[in-house]
Amino acid sequence: MTDIPIPHTWVLALSAALFAIGVLGVLLRRNGIAIFLSLELMLNSANLAFVAFAMTLAAQPGGAEAALSGQLFVFFVIGVAAAEAAVGLALFIALHRLKGTIDVDRVNILRW
Amino acid sequence: MVPIVFAIAAFVAVVFAIVTIAHRSPVINVLSLVVVFFAMAAIFALLGMDFLAAIQIIVYSGAILVLFLFVIMLLNIRSVERLGSGRRMQALLGAVAAAGIGASALIAVSLLTPTSGAVYPGSLETGTVAPIGRALLTTHLFAFEFITLLLVAAIVGAVYLARREHR
Repeated sequence: MTDIPIPHTWVLALSAALFAIGVLGVLLRRNGIAIFLSLELMLNSANLAFVAFAMTLAAQPGGAEAALSGQLFVFFVIGVAAAEAAVGLALFIALHRLKGTIDVDRVNILRW
Repeated sequence: MVPIVFAIAAFVAVVFAIVTIAHRSPVINVLSLVVVFFAMAAIFALLGMDFLAAIQIIVYSGAILVLFLFVIMLLNIRSVERLGSGRRMQALLGAVAAAGIGASALIAVSLLTPTSGAVYPGSLETGTVAPIGRALLTTHLFAFEFITLLLVAAIVGAVYLARREHR
């Protein structure tokens, strides 16, 4: 088990790729739940970027505090994502009850 | 060893992220997102962040995505539209925008100096529960209490929005 370091640019590149896939899903899907799943993917890619920068700072002298803050920010992002998922899915249940569909193209009752 | 594990996890994450946005069945979308989150938990564990790896699986895969599955089964959604079906122009513009965002992010990453930090796997002493819990209840106490308030508000709002009308 040799201790070969991973460059932080690899982690950031993975984060960028996942974020781009999430953007593609949000822009191209029309099912509300699929859009929501793409949003979760984008939130997670941001978490990955936080982790990469936290690890970068932890490798530098005196960076333990910064590494801790990066992990706590990921923790808070997960909490906010949980709240957002609960409210958003409740909205889709209400919408399905009202319109019988969660296709976002058919949801135009706010349009005059 | 460690870069190989990272490469496998990254490959699995990207492949199943594409399945997540491209497959027609919503249940398969959610389950492949579970696979993506497990791969990301593997990367967190590889980088020495044990606590984050655990809550990634327990909270994200275990709670949030099960909530998604629950709603999909409650609403009885069987199959939905294909990725970018119907509207050619919108699909093209969306693909161009996503590719632009991804490419610019990758260029920004490649401009970072590689000497500024190599990530050393498993060498983080702040990755376990004890230092994180101590920081959460001392320096970040306000944010911690505030997020509990946010979760309570979200639960009350979700119950109110999803309730059945009684006439």
